[in-house]
Amino acid sequence: MTKLLVNEKDVVVPGELLVEGMDYLPGFGTYREGDNIYSGRLGLVTLDGRTIKLLKLSGRYSPKRNDTIICKVVDVNFSGWRLETNSPYSAMLSMKDATSEFIARGADLTQYYKIGDNIICKITNVTSQKLIDVTMKGPGLRKLMGGRIVPINTNKVPRVIGKQGSMVSMIKQATNARIMVGQNGLVWIQGDIPAMELLAVRTIQKIEDEAHVSGLTDRIKEFLEKETGTTLGGTSNVVQETN
Amino acid sequence: MDDGLRSHVLELLSKGVRLDGRKPLDYRQPIKVETGLYSTACASAKVSIGDTEVVVGIKFEVGTPYPDNPDQGTIIVGAELVPMSNPEFELGPPSIDAIELARVVDRGIRESKAIDFKKLCITKGEKVWMVAIDIIPFNDAGNLFDAAALAALAALKTAKLPSYADGTIDYKSSRKEKLVLNHEPISVTVLKIGNSFVVDPLIEEQKVLDARLTVASLKDGTLCALQKGGDSPLGSEEILQMVDIALDKAKELRGAL
Amino acid sequence: MSYKKRIDNRSFDEMRKIEAKVGVIKRADGSASFKIGNTWAYAAVYGPRNLYPKFLQNPEKGILRCNYNMLPFSSSSDRVRPGGSRRSKEISMVTEKALSPVLNLDDFPNAVVDVFIELPQTEAGSRCAGICAASMALADAGLDMKDLVCAVSVGRVDDKLAVDLDYSEEAYEDGPVADIPVAMLPNLGKISLLQMDGLVKKEQLQEVLDKAKKACAEIYKIQKQALKEKYRVV
Repeated sequence: MTKLLVNEKDVVVPGELLVEGMDYLPGFGTYREGDNIYSGRLGLVTLDGRTIKLLKLSGRYSPKRNDTIICKVVDVNFSGWRLETNSPYSAMLSMKDATSEFIARGADLTQYYKIGDNIICKITNVTSQKLIDVTMKGPGLRKLMGGRIVPINTNKVPRVIGKQGSMVSMIKQATNARIMVGQNGLVWIQGDIPAMELLAVRTIQKIEDEAHVSGLTDRIKEFLEKETGTTLGGTSNVVQETN
Repeated sequence: MDDGLRSHVLELLSKGVRLDGRKPLDYRQPIKVETGLYSTACASAKVSIGDTEVVVGIKFEVGTPYPDNPDQGTIIVGAELVPMSNPEFELGPPSIDAIELARVVDRGIRESKAIDFKKLCITKGEKVWMVAIDIIPFNDAGNLFDAAALAALAALKTAKLPSYADGTIDYKSSRKEKLVLNHEPISVTVLKIGNSFVVDPLIEEQKVLDARLTVASLKDGTLCALQKGGDSPLGSEEILQMVDIALDKAKELRGAL
Repeated sequence: MSYKKRIDNRSFDEMRKIEAKVGVIKRADGSASFKIGNTWAYAAVYGPRNLYPKFLQNPEKGILRCNYNMLPFSSSSDRVRPGGSRRSKEISMVTEKALSPVLNLDDFPNAVVDVFIELPQTEAGSRCAGICAASMALADAGLDMKDLVCAVSVGRVDDKLAVDLDYSEEAYEDGPVADIPVAMLPNLGKISLLQMDGLVKKEQLQEVLDKAKKACAEIYKIQKQALKEKYRVV
């Protein structure tokens, strides 16, 4: 008789016995040993039909192709730029992917991006040795001027963005701040009024803390309305955007 | 230097506010002081200012006095910037930052004549007490100078001398004799970033500073130690302004003890 | 001579009081503190992150690097000079061997997971406390881990076997003493650290390992509780 020993949304620790018996499939973060399924990390139980998997609660960013990430330029050489990605691996932006303009050979690359610049770019390739290639060609990809970069828990990024960008749009609407969320756990925020920029930062930290409690969207809406003294439009009015 | 960070910090300061919403001359809250946490230390204290946590432990040792002060004990201040407290700290011999931190805290205590070194004499010319004060940050979120100095003082205030007989120190049974402090020096570090002065810096602010001045002072406002850091020079007007700020803020730190 | 009653009145299978907390160092990727009796260990994990110098990098998977350090005021006798010793280097190494079997660092070639263990108080059983703290900190840091790692010292004092020797038992002079630190993967039932100094008969070793297993099962419950406490979905 298969016995499921945990419930949806339970926090489980490495080595914890989750299922006795063969009727469940071990999904992400779990493993089978003999007839049992054990937890392979600290995580939140999610049941997907007959598959038991874990949602990550912590852990650093692991670069993936097609992710949009925020990086900092750390080196400029003759063929491109090297970028810090908030992971153990740096990324290369080569001349040909830097901009839609044509860059002549031998041109001074620091005119485009110099050391210390923050940019938002897209990962085009990750090798087995974790060498990362990125491109700046694409909608919304650009140098980020001004503002601040706030690191957040990588695993909370989807909650900060929200379904079809609804959460981050709500924060932008309430604070009038410009916000870009990188899949690598870095968020760029620029507000015209310091108090509003700070409110955006605090709201994002609140989402991080309460990510897995139900009713998050409503609570954040209430929080923003209270802090700004205004009423926010319904999320159905939000224009579809990815970031 | 991170130009983007610096320009953003300056932009916020021009509007009278810092990265975490504080006013330039506000310390983070709460400022917490706990003593007696570690039973193996002769005295210990943990100070937290915002997210910064610094621990100081005191061990009394017996040694031979310096020849020119045969009837005086002494203090030895050390700082270990342990890698657990900050991802940028590395293992290895003390960095110049660790050495500076230890020496600045040392001067604040030593030069204030807080401790009567003659009371630490056991046998003149032969044996004296040496007070080993070790500073260990547990979480570095900026402003280790002020937290360390405050923790050192808090620990010294609770220190009791162990008993010493027949050449051995008995750490387990302490005499009732408290270490007497004649003065209580408080350190305040003031930073200059652009045209603004700030106190209790965050890590980010430390990265973009022009200059800093750590001022140790006594209750009556007497200055007992100074340390200027940072690459930019300061005008004498500015120095006096920073000293005034430090003397004013020292009251708040003193109140936290 | 017979060791009839333990110096601090504990039963022979009883560990000292344990207090465990997760998330104690904000800047770290994962952190925990583990206090057993008067021995107190803090562990902070940073990583996976860049690894320098380059010659240490492993192109096939990430490496685990542990450092055990006693703080200057941690000993109940003299001050401990900073900078480590041969003893602390050896403990760092066996700690790494105790923890690495549960980790899977295949996804992080050329990177390092750094574990820093600092002890503000040591009164016997410090390497075991360090391993218990480090194991929680690694889980807190979100690493792939097949199991937690638990460690405890089982000892022989005169004619008895005692779990979690304290300072005075280690220093017992009226008969033979052996100190046997053991680290276990509690759910997989495997031993990842085993050391001994002292005298023990081969026949007693099985009993030592059984007692260690029982004690580690209790430690696992405490570590689990501490991790769940931090991540409780309110």
